[in-house]
Order: sequence, then C-alpha cells, then structure tokens
Amino acid sequence: MNFDPRFSGRKFSSVGTRPLRPDGIDKVTGRARYGADFNMAGQLVGRVLRSPHAHAKILKIDTSKAEKLAGVKAVITAADLPDLTDGDAGMYDVLDNCMARGKALYDGHAVAAVAAVDASTARQALKLIEIEYEILPHVTDVDEAMKHTAPLINDAIFTEGLEEKPAKPSNVTKRSQFGHGDVHQGFGHADVIVERSFKTEQTHQGYIEPHACVANVNLDGTADLWVCTQGHFVYRQHCAQLLGLEASKLRVTSSEIGGGFGGKTHVWAEPVALALSRKAGRPVKLVMTRDEVFRASGPTSATSIDVKIGARKDGTITAAEATLRYSSGPYAGTWAEIGAMTAFACYKLDNVKTVGFEVLVNRPKTAAYRAPSAPMAAFAVESAVDELAKELGIDPVEFRIKNAAQEGTRSSYGPVYGPIGIGPTLEAAKHHPHMKAPLGKNQGRGMACGFWFNFGGQTCVDLNIGMDGSVSLAVGTVDVGGSRASLSLVAAEELGIDYAQLKAVVADTSSLGYNDMTDGSRGTFSSSMATISAARNAIKILRDRAAQTWDIPVDDVVWENGHAIAKGEKYGNLAALSLKEIAAKSGTTGGPIAGHSELVADGAGVSFATHICDIEVDPETGAARVIRYTVIQDAGKAVHPTYVEGQYQGGAAQGIGWALNEEYIYGKDGRLQNAGFLDYRIPVCSDLPMIDTQILEIPNPNHPYGVRGVGETSIVPPLAAIANAVSNAAGVRMTHIPMSPPRVLAAIEAERGG
Amino acid sequence: MVIVRRQFITVGETVMTKGETMRYIRPLSIEDAVGLLAGSSGTAAILAGGSDLLVRMKGGFVEPDLIVDIKAIEGLSEIRQTPDGFSIGAAVPCAVLGENAALKKAWPGVVEAAKLIGSKQVQGRCTITGNLCNASPAADSVPALVAAGAKAVIAGPSGKRTIPVEAVPIGPGKTSLAKGEIIEAILLDNQAPRSGDAYLRFIPRTEMDIAVVSAGVNLTLDEHGVITAARVALGAVAVTVLLVEEAAEALIGRKLDEAALERLAKICSGACRPIDDKRGTIEFRRKVAGVLATRAATTANARAGGK
Repeated sequence: MNFDPRFSGRKFSSVGTRPLRPDGIDKVTGRARYGADFNMAGQLVGRVLRSPHAHAKILKIDTSKAEKLAGVKAVITAADLPDLTDGDAGMYDVLDNCMARGKALYDGHAVAAVAAVDASTARQALKLIEIEYEILPHVTDVDEAMKHTAPLINDAIFTEGLEEKPAKPSNVTKRSQFGHGDVHQGFGHADVIVERSFKTEQTHQGYIEPHACVANVNLDGTADLWVCTQGHFVYRQHCAQLLGLEASKLRVTSSEIGGGFGGKTHVWAEPVALALSRKAGRPVKLVMTRDEVFRASGPTSATSIDVKIGARKDGTITAAEATLRYSSGPYAGTWAEIGAMTAFACYKLDNVKTVGFEVLVNRPKTAAYRAPSAPMAAFAVESAVDELAKELGIDPVEFRIKNAAQEGTRSSYGPVYGPIGIGPTLEAAKHHPHMKAPLGKNQGRGMACGFWFNFGGQTCVDLNIGMDGSVSLAVGTVDVGGSRASLSLVAAEELGIDYAQLKAVVADTSSLGYNDMTDGSRGTFSSSMATISAARNAIKILRDRAAQTWDIPVDDVVWENGHAIAKGEKYGNLAALSLKEIAAKSGTTGGPIAGHSELVADGAGVSFATHICDIEVDPETGAARVIRYTVIQDAGKAVHPTYVEGQYQGGAAQGIGWALNEEYIYGKDGRLQNAGFLDYRIPVCSDLPMIDTQILEIPNPNHPYGVRGVGETSIVPPLAAIANAVSNAAGVRMTHIPMSPPRVLAAIEAERGG
Repeated sequence: MVIVRRQFITVGETVMTKGETMRYIRPLSIEDAVGLLAGSSGTAAILAGGSDLLVRMKGGFVEPDLIVDIKAIEGLSEIRQTPDGFSIGAAVPCAVLGENAALKKAWPGVVEAAKLIGSKQVQGRCTITGNLCNASPAADSVPALVAAGAKAVIAGPSGKRTIPVEAVPIGPGKTSLAKGEIIEAILLDNQAPRSGDAYLRFIPRTEMDIAVVSAGVNLTLDEHGVITAARVALGAVAVTVLLVEEAAEALIGRKLDEAALERLAKICSGACRPIDDKRGTIEFRRKVAGVLATRAATTANARAGGK
C-alpha cells in the first residue's frame, strides 16, 4: 500500500468534535463486561499460593493433601510450566515470575496454584499445600541493594555496560549512559551550581479493576483466553510461548478494561490459568484479589537520583548531570535507562551526561507505569532547575523558556528534535491566569515541565461497510481511554459520513492481524493512522463501484463528503452516489466493500507538558492540600478533545497521589505492609480540585492529521510541580517523594531547628 | 396483647474452610442473643452493620462458627431521648445519629466523629457500638464518646451492668466484655449548660481513611468563661484510646487562653505512647496529638459559648 502518513493541513468536520463514546452507556449502566464478568459452563475457580517471604529457597512442595481434597481438580507448581523459553532471558524471567522456580524472590511471589469447584474449596486447598522454605537474607531498598554487602538476589548477574566485565556478581544488572559535550568543562563555566539528591518510593498504577481472566484449553491443542489486558496480541504470544501452544490456535479476547496504565502489559496470572485449565480439562477463572494485585503485579520503580546543574548569571545552563538508580524488582529491567534518557529532554544543553543503574531488589517485578521512569527523573531535575532559578534570581518560567529545547535541538538522549511543544507550553504557562492568581497564607505555587517519547508500532485495522451503509471498524489496540470514539471520528472524517453511522470494536486475536499493545501513548496515534489508511483503501473500492455503476473510468470518480462524484463537464448529469447507495448495490457490483490496513506507525511525535499547581501546607501537621492545578500539553491534534482533557486530568490526578501519599511500605521482614487501598492512599475525589486543562496543537509532521500520543506525558510533571509548590509553601526544599504529612512536618521542624 | 414468639431465623449455611458449618442467626430479643452467645462453643461474632466483621471475614482474618445478627432485636435500632439524656441502641447506624437534631445539638462532637467513619455508604451501616467493640485504638467515635463521658449498657448471662465506654476496649481488638455479654446501648447524659464538645482526627486524605491521631474534648464553662469541667481523650496514640486526666486538670479553673492551649498541647503530646507504623511516626503522632487537642478544645470552647 502506498500510504502517505505525512501531515497535510486539512480542515476537519468530525475530528475535534466531542460526541459521546460508544462504550459509555454500557459502562455507566453496569452492562460493560470487564475481566471477571465472563463465565463458562463448568468453570473452575483458580487461586494462587504466594510466598510469605521476601527471599527464600523452596526446598520442597508437597501438594498431595490438596490434590486429595474433594472438589479440587488441579494443583500446579513450576513443574507444570516447563521451561520452553529456549534461551530467551526476558521470557524466562516472565515464566519465573508467574511461578517461582526454586526460589521465591519477593513477598507475594506465586509458588503454587489450584483449580477447584468453588472459592472456599480452592482456599482450603491452598492451606493444604505444604512448602518447606529456607529463608534467605533480603534487600528491598534500592541504595542498600547496590552495596557490596547486600544479599545477592541472582548470583548469575554481572553488571552489563561497564568498561571491564566485573569479576563478582552484583544486584546492579546494567549501567547505561547518555549525553554529549563535556560536563566537567561546562560546570567550569557556571556561576552557580545546584547539586541535590532525591528519593522516590515505589508506587502502583492503582487501576480499579484487578487482573482477571478465564482460560479454556481444549484437548486438540486449541485454547481460548478472555482477559483484561492492554494488549491481547502480546498476551497471546507470551502465553503461547510459555505453554507451548501455537499462537494462532490460542484465541485471546480482551475485555473492557478498568484501568491499566502500563500494569496490564505483562502476563502474571494468565499462563497460570491456562496451565490449570490444561491440567483440569475444564475452564478456569482466575481473579486476583487487591492484596495480590499490590503484592504480585508490577508497580513502578523506587528511585534514588543525584542531580547537578550549573548556569551562568544570565540564566544559561552550562552543564547538567544526573545519576539515576531505579529498582526493577528481582529481574533485570531497563527502567533507569529510560529515566536517564528522559531526565534532561526538555532542555537545550551543550554539556549533558546521565548515567542509569538498574538495581535488583526483593520486591515485585517492576512494570510500566504511564510514561514509565520519566516522572521520577523529572522530579529530581525540575526540583534542581527550580532551585537554580531561585538562586539566580530568575523567574522559574523565564529560566525554563531561556533553556528550552527547540526544533533542531539535539536532545540529551541523542535524536535531533523536529517541531516540538516545550517552548509553546511554557509560553502558555507564562500567560495563564493561574500564574497571576493571588496566594493565601501557607500556600505556595510550583510549576514543572515533562517529556515523553510516545511510541507507534505494529498496527492493523479492518473497516467493513455493511449493505445498509453502516460501517464497522475492527481495531486491535485495546481501548483504555476513549480510542473507539476517536477512531470512529477519524473514519467518519475520511469517509465523509456521520459518526453515528460507525461502530468501532476491539477485535480478538483470531479476527485481526497482529497489533502491538496499547502502551507508549500509541493507541490513537497508530490506530488512527491505520484507520485513515483502511478508509482510503475502502474509498478506492467505493469509487471503483461507482465507476462500474456509471460505466466510466475510475480515474474520473472522486470521493467528496461521503459521495462518489463523477468529475468533469461530460458527466454533468450524473447524480452523486452516497456511500449508502453504493453499499446497497455491493452484492451485484463485486461483493462486500472493505478497507484493510497493516502498517508500522513510525514517527510518533515527542510530547511535552507544563504543569502549574498551588498547594497549601498546614505548618502544624505537614498536611498538603492541592488548591489549584493546571495542565498545559501539546496534543498534536486533539481528535476528541474531551478524552484528551480526560487524559491530562487523569495523569495529573495519579501524579498528585504519587507526590503526596502513595508508597509501598515494607517491614523489616521484607513484607509489604499496605497491600490495600486503605493504607495505599490514592486520592479520593474530595482530595482533588477540578484540574484545568489547556490543549496546544503543534502538528506532528509524521501523521496525516498531526496527531501525537497524549496519554502519558501528563503524569511526568506533577511530582516536580507539587514538590516545588510544597517547598515554596513550607519554606523548605522537599527531596523525598511522597511528601506525606510526617515527612513534610519533619522537614519543617528540622528547618525551624526544632 | 402481643405475643413475641421466640423465633430464630437461619439464613443460609456456608461451608467454612475449617470444614464446619457457619450458623447465622437473627434473634428477636436481647435475652436470646445473650443465650446464643453464652451457649456457643466456637468463635461467635455479633453482627450489626458488619462494616468490620464482613471485611474481616472476606479477608480471611476471622471465620466465625456463629454470627448473631442483632438488628431485629426490638429497640436496638432506636435513639431514645430520656430525662437524663440519650440512649443510642447498639444497631443504630452512624448516619442516623446525624439525622437526630436533638443529639446533634447536644453532642455535636460525638455526631461529627460518628460521621467521619469510613464513607457515606459505610456510615449507613456502621454503628458506634461496633466501633467501640472493634477496639481499635484509632476508632473515630471512641475519643469523642470518652470525652463526652458516655457509658455502655451491657446485657449478659448474669443481668445488666453499665460501665464507662473507656472501660470497654482493653487493647487492640480486645474488650473487657465477658462471654455472652453484649452492648445494648450507649448512654449520653444531657449536656450541662455552657458546655461544648468537639472531635478532630488527622488523616492524610480528606475522607475514607483511618485516624493517624485524633482528639476529643468536652468543656463546661462558668458565666465568665472559666473552665469548670473538662475531659480530653486521644486516639491512635496508645494501645487504647487515652483519657488524659492531667490535661483536663490543667484546663479546669482557667480560661482557654494561649497559655492554656500551649500547656494542653504539651501535656497531650507527653501523654502519648505511640508507635511507628505505616500510618505515621512516633514524632509525628506526638506533635499532632497536641495540635489536634488544642484545635478541638478551641472548637469545644466556642460551642460552650467561650470567647
């Protein structure tokens, strides 16, 4: 297909409007089917037994008593999931994480599972499984884990990325480095240098819907999986590989999704459910409890970051440097590397260096969380930038404008930027009324910038035109934020028809070609590109059918406003044919009319945001309250502005929770203390003000409509914006996230010398 | 004449993981409830709103053999106003406290505390008696009840007795109630003239949370605004809610001025015996106990007509 993805500044009639989402009514009336809402006849209840220890050798597992219990249909351990990963280290880690093989690596690590006729039998069976552990020393803190004296989590790991191969194993799996210029020389030219260390605690995505699936393995080697996921095609690949199934014989259907934010990009329970079903010969439903979600899904990294930035008196940054240490759970990751890439991406720097260290700890395997790794790096860098502006006596917005990256800037992680939005978001912030609003007693204002790459990737769309002229759109990117509405708008725009004439669905893995998962803010960016391409392919057929009907050359038929039009004087008497009219005759003009598209969506435009917030701190209790919050972000083109605003607000809300109260709290025994929403404090409605949004549209040159991903960038600035505001309100620089009341009060008391 | 039939309703039987059967019984009289509890052999639990019990059962922390639902017992779902004050039945949901104008006027601090528990939905089920018997040091309504001098009417195999509410919890999750005993009602006296009570708690969120520290204060003033009676209670800073008598003594005989507040804060911070846990540090709880006591005292003083 010769699809041209380049931006063309067209005028829109559907794109940019705000119709209701097609999934909305089902969701508000409770009809929508989420992961746990699917059921099959004869289905069993699956439950997982988890390690109570942070680090322990599994000496013996005796499942015989559980197997004998009436109503138990299958008991599995790692032995039922043989290693089929064929040297793929990443997949081996996924397998080991699904079911511990020899060693339990964190509190909550799965060690066995049962399938039984009902929940209480399954629970009882878990109690009958006898496991002999040899408890090993553990480490949960990222800085502690880097010490030479720390307990080794995997003695086969030697740090990668060092000049010389180390002689001893380490919990540091990898060192990575980015930057250009000479920071040593750059700091030599600085008049003022700020150097600070920061810490952030581990947080969870906090999606409301726990992981849930129903697995059914048939005797003929085919299988079905109904699951709540961000990427059913990826789940299919992983599950097929781990279970030795042929990918095309495993049909995966994604349910509606009650939040994912990166946490539903990895398989945890699904291979276990399939293995249980295979052994029991019956369908198995497996739903994680909230406790299990916290202990054994994939939270984000805890971090420890050092930042050093120098500038001349005129406000020009001369050098910037950061060392970033990110926990990755007990398996190797690339989280610090991503942090190191994003840390200084907002700025135009001659001398910049970032170094990342990936650190193993006895905590659950780190997974992606909305712009993974970027919020923590932005917290450290934007806090230091703010402090530097203050020391120089320059307004923090002006200081950032002076140093902001532009089109043509070589980014701190390598590539040269095209047209970007950091400057415009800062200018918009400077002129926003929020910046001039008066502040009350004990209130402070803070602002910060954020960057995210955005991704594209493999995408496939089918567009089918019914004989009644209605259009169905089958997409393969799971709808996490309103993409069915956005993609319908895009199809309506291309075809020139009404939004109401379309219905978009997320197709299962047997009904559509492969799609990468909905991550990297790619859902609307990549699937809209494929939708445009599919629609244009359908239009070719529609024109062809009109040409046949009229018996004129197809080159003389154009498509305008949902109609085929015969072009030129000689056809003056021919009435235009609508999509509906052409569709009605399709049975006699060549059969069904459809447009397909399979592509790799390249050129996802990078995204920037600037956030402003006002915080009030109670100086006697350390409690911080968000008074006002404004998000300004570049969307490229907002296809459905309401859902773009929703993404902006959602990211800010999650960032506020992360900044102020959310954290994994481990006891000395290495066990998670707060595996529930009571003591893992995400914000409730009354904790948040109405979050204001401002959409900027700086077109992405690599998308026909100029679309950029919008889902993730909004969580990047909040930690820093809030830290800057709290620091201004409390009169003391906050360097540890979350800024929970005990931490803020302790900082205030220390500053008072009390 | 109405003949009240001795009636047991058994609704469902659930197979528990111990392999035994759980019995759910909904008696119609307090005597039957006492009899059932006294005669039970395994783990027995009383169900009113269920906002603690059902959560604990779902989490697998408790597997009762017998559940006695007290909501059908006559009078237990009522707030009665007597010449002496108020009698709040053990099955009265906290939301109902907020709908009782006379109670709200007399004891605004107690009602405020009851209306802070959980969420709106939880308040429609939970009870102050349940909050007391759950025996959490962080229970919201308990410091307010202790400050108000509330009493618990207990029915048991050997008859009825009335004790101060602070004598009910003896440690986290433990009460002084004997086997077969059940709290029937909480009594609140009529508030003395020129009196006011107040309750405050600290939580990191705005709602749906559990107190990190809390303080209940009840003050009575004379015509000149001098404090003649005081009760100060602190929550979540020791194994049980603390009645800080030293704080009350320091307030009595003086006006609630700057110096009195400073003294109150110091005594309250000193009286704490808190722990470091996931909800807060020792230092934080000490400091904030003093802060909340002064803020609650200021509100109580204003409600009593003090300036």
